Amino acid sequence: MTARTDSRIQTVLRALISPKGAVYLLLIVLLVSVTAIHPSFAEPGQLMRYIQRVAPIAIVAIGQYFVIVSGEFDLSMGSLVTVQVVVAGTLVGQDDSRTVPVLLLLLVIGVLVGLVNGLVTTRLKVPSFIVTLGMMLALYGGVLWWTGGAATGNPADSFRQIGRSGIHDLPVIGLLPWSVLILAAVVAIAAWLSRRPFGKTLVAIGDNPSAARFAGASVQRTKTMAFVLSSMSATIAGVLLVGYAGVHPSVGQGYEFTAITAVVLGGVVLGGGRGNVWGALAGAFALETLFTLLNFTAVPSTMRSAIQGVIIIAAVAYAGVIFKNRRAPAAVASDPPDAPGMQQATGEAQSTESAGSGATRNHNTKEN
Amino acid sequence: MKALIAKLQRLDTTVIVLIALVLVLALSAILVSTVGRNLLSPGNIRDILTGMSVLGFVAIGQTLVILGGSLDLSVPYVVSLTSLIAAETMNGRTGMIVPGVLLALGVASLIGLANGAVVTFLRVHGFIATLGVGLILKGYLDTTYKGTAGQVPWEFQLFGATGIGPVPISTIVMLACAGFVGFLLARSKFGHHLFAVGGNAEVARLSGVRTRRPLIWAHVAGSFFAGIAGLLLASRLGVGSPTVGVQGSYDLLSIAAVVLGGTLLAGGRGSIWGTIGGVAIFAVLDNLMSVMQVNPFFKDMVRGAVIILAVAVYSNRRIVARRERFTSSGREVPQLTEEGAR
Amino acid sequence: MTEPILTVTDARKQFFGVEVLHGVSLELAPGSVHGLVGENGAGKSTLMKIIAGVHRRDGGDMRIDGELVDFGHPLEAAAAGVATVFQEFNLLPDRTVAQNVFLGREPRKRGMIDTKGMCRSTAELLEDLGIPGIPPTARAGELTVAEQQIVEIVKALSVGARVISMDEPTAALADHEVTILYRVIERLRERGVAILYVSHRLKEIFDLCDTITVLKDGSHVSTDPAADLDEAALVRRMVGRPISAFFPDPDPGTEIGAPRITIRSGGNTQLDGIDLEVRAGEVVGIAGLQGSGRTELLEAIFGAAPFTRGSLEIDGARAVIKHPRQAARRGVALVTEDRKRTGLALNQSILDNALLAIRSVFPRRTQASRAEIPGMFSSLELVSQGNKQEAQTLSGGNQQKVVLAKWLAMRPKIVLLDEPTRGIDVGAKVAVYQLIRALAKEGVAIVMVSSETPEVIGMADRILVMRDGRIVGELSSDTDEESVLAVATGAAEEVQQ
Repeated sequence: MTARTDSRIQTVLRALISPKGAVYLLLIVLLVSVTAIHPSFAEPGQLMRYIQRVAPIAIVAIGQYFVIVSGEFDLSMGSLVTVQVVVAGTLVGQDDSRTVPVLLLLLVIGVLVGLVNGLVTTRLKVPSFIVTLGMMLALYGGVLWWTGGAATGNPADSFRQIGRSGIHDLPVIGLLPWSVLILAAVVAIAAWLSRRPFGKTLVAIGDNPSAARFAGASVQRTKTMAFVLSSMSATIAGVLLVGYAGVHPSVGQGYEFTAITAVVLGGVVLGGGRGNVWGALAGAFALETLFTLLNFTAVPSTMRSAIQGVIIIAAVAYAGVIFKNRRAPAAVASDPPDAPGMQQATGEAQSTESAGSGATRNHNTKEN
Repeated sequence: MKALIAKLQRLDTTVIVLIALVLVLALSAILVSTVGRNLLSPGNIRDILTGMSVLGFVAIGQTLVILGGSLDLSVPYVVSLTSLIAAETMNGRTGMIVPGVLLALGVASLIGLANGAVVTFLRVHGFIATLGVGLILKGYLDTTYKGTAGQVPWEFQLFGATGIGPVPISTIVMLACAGFVGFLLARSKFGHHLFAVGGNAEVARLSGVRTRRPLIWAHVAGSFFAGIAGLLLASRLGVGSPTVGVQGSYDLLSIAAVVLGGTLLAGGRGSIWGTIGGVAIFAVLDNLMSVMQVNPFFKDMVRGAVIILAVAVYSNRRIVARRERFTSSGREVPQLTEEGAR
Repeated sequence: MTEPILTVTDARKQFFGVEVLHGVSLELAPGSVHGLVGENGAGKSTLMKIIAGVHRRDGGDMRIDGELVDFGHPLEAAAAGVATVFQEFNLLPDRTVAQNVFLGREPRKRGMIDTKGMCRSTAELLEDLGIPGIPPTARAGELTVAEQQIVEIVKALSVGARVISMDEPTAALADHEVTILYRVIERLRERGVAILYVSHRLKEIFDLCDTITVLKDGSHVSTDPAADLDEAALVRRMVGRPISAFFPDPDPGTEIGAPRITIRSGGNTQLDGIDLEVRAGEVVGIAGLQGSGRTELLEAIFGAAPFTRGSLEIDGARAVIKHPRQAARRGVALVTEDRKRTGLALNQSILDNALLAIRSVFPRRTQASRAEIPGMFSSLELVSQGNKQEAQTLSGGNQQKVVLAKWLAMRPKIVLLDEPTRGIDVGAKVAVYQLIRALAKEGVAIVMVSSETPEVIGMADRILVMRDGRIVGELSSDTDEESVLAVATGAAEEVQQ
């Protein structure tokens, strides 16, 4: 083996144990473990079913990614999933012809919820944690109020097929579920968006909103857009879940936290500015694979959440503590260091001659 | 005149919350009277106060955690767990009341210690840390319990059931706890340092404050008060329940009450009485809607809207950071002179 | 003469192998005010940070009362009686004055904090300084900048500081507030505190200081009693080198064209009566003291803190600019003074940072710009490990080049530069100067704010001087530092206006 391949392997290994890469390593380990215990898992057909199962949570995680990377939270996703499932179940009924209009209605609801979340957060400057918490309560209460607490009704089969069925009789894999195709489409769109000016600006806003504003970015519009994307993804997940899980007010419960878990597991930093779509996707897959693995083992299914708890703390602590020391940058040029933290260590401005520092001084005046 | 305006500007958020509470009360009283009922009848006051106490306990603890710049999402599970520990330990025996209470609160405090340690030593965001710890507890609860368990003796049920006049004992205890915590915040090193750490940890550190301690204690207190809420629920239900915390959504509702009470979600500013005001506003609205026989699910919608609106109002009362030099018409703003330095 | 409290002998400091402080010595005597002057980059801040315990010296020694000390942390310095009042305040805006003063050392009575005693002691300390007007129960965030500064001094005194160093303490103060500070310093002197006073305002240095030390390029130039010096002599020692050597001459091909931007009676809460015209190919320098409104002027033009009065024209057409986005759309660029706060998204790659403006404002041109950025980086002589390197790991000079690239990618017509050479090395400075000349030649209108007067004189075609939110004078490029300073401080009223 040449020295060059050696160093390439080293690079890959280093990337895998870095906070961003760790989730892929975790995913690989989990997939290998599942396959080892249950070799049929690797069969194409099984694999498709597995992806189908992961699809809703992966889609929600991707939506949550856009909000988190911009420095906000969306706690209303779970409730929105519930709303969409219940609305679909109630309105479609047994009438196949209603499928398309109801789908459109769901999209409208999704966009509206995202707009409200985004506009209240950015215009009224209410922390998004509170806005989306309020939205969560309002949506959940609203849908139960509307259905009188007991949502019923199975929508027509054509609607349920979206989450259940797929393209039949394909070679090798047999059934290609619509869910998988939809997930692929969502991933493609998300990956495309995050490479677009919008996606890049969004991350920059999460990193430093002032710098983004001073570069001409519209922080309000971009963040609002992120909330709309998040609501749209919850809507899509809702549509899939109608077929997959049926109509019940508890369908979306906890989705927001699971999505946040997946996103954080994928190396996206709460507070914004760091992370990518692929990480969020891998985080969702890792989480769901973990649950699959637990199903195969003797661990009771009720312990799933406990393991989820341990993993999420471990993942964040890993990124935070283990890699704290690796942040010491190698400054390339020779003038005085400008690394963050050096000057802030004393709360002193690097700018010794800062004009208009009246503003800088009160900069830490907190806003509610 | 200018001084008066300045004073109004400075008006403490707590005062605004209490004014809001009075307005909500007045409005509710009028609405209730339109259906021929009396909001302030002893029975109804009792209902309102009873409704306050459980969330009140949780919110007191949550206030401390939020003031320190963290969050506690594990409270619902702590509430459930302590109700179970107490009910199972007591198991109907009067003699076991004290051990049951001590054990429940001890376990709650240890959970808080774990939260605090993860937040301060492992440097995990409070949101993630307590979400994680909460999930671990949920796993334990779901695995160990299939339904209610244990039984509390009749004497212990009195804690949740008796009162002095229209005022339930539990509310009195809750308010006493709030008073004690308020005193700690104003007069103890813990309180002062907690505000400082939540406001700006770096400034606190450079002033010689040990920044981990207050935050750890805040988390311990957060879980401890959630534990008291669990005991109160056990006393009311007569049994321990693994789902009672989650059903009450105490994590999010307590955060909402704290923020409604004017405490900054990012930490460093706020007050315990504001929180109590926030809890009271929720309780009055709940009661109003019950008396008016509003659909129970509609309540959640109202709550959600109230939270967003209230916080929007605070957010728009920000202090102007930059000294103004000219008025909007271009006249010079008189500046501080030597004599007039306040 | 009394024994000095603090002595610094032959202090050296290097960053990444480059020495920035070449053996500086200083003595601070009780009851005296020691002025420290020098141009930007002379090493004043580094020396102050060594005394404050922020940086550790690499050579030489520092003694307090003759005892060798070595501070690894500001807390250690404070424990030894050395306090520093930095520009950026270390106060908690939501806590009261008394709580801030006693943070970390709250007095206790029967186990509880003695709030009354705390307020009383704070009031006493304030009274001692001759400032009885600040209520100890007021929140720090509600105080004026001057009052906050005094609270910081009180905080230092309450620790028992015997040495207080102040970094540009008047930077953000209005004139009448400065007199309050003067009085406080007088009281401190009477109490036997040794004061190290860093300022660019020479008038203050002469008003306050007993002894003046001059630094230049990291070296010690002189230490003399203030009585033996005058402003001219001081400036000569500070500058001490031919300024022109640094600054490239305007390109002979540069033509001054039509007005690019015209402002008539512009004003907002920070500015008033702003009349400004900058022509294509012209470099207009804005001089003025701290807080004179220079940054506010640039931010108003750029729409970050827009004008609320007056009119603005760009290339002869009336323009309304209420948001940076609108400014950028019209070809206005602003290189802000604080790279970390408003210039860069530090966790992002330098390529993403360089594309930030174009992506936000002209997303369709992203692809084309992306192809240009590497060339732009190399023509700016940016040193990096590749386009994916995170901005935070670059040195100040290279970070500034990324910020410049961000705006150059937009092909701006009007470039506003706020302290474009702050905190960057000489080589990077020269690159910035050359860039300014090149832009001017292409017909870009340039407005440059700088605290380094020689830089303004060396680069600008004409110089506008600001004071208290207004433009108070205009000087031609053959002026000298003394004249600029005279107008900026109000010593010479309204030259040529």
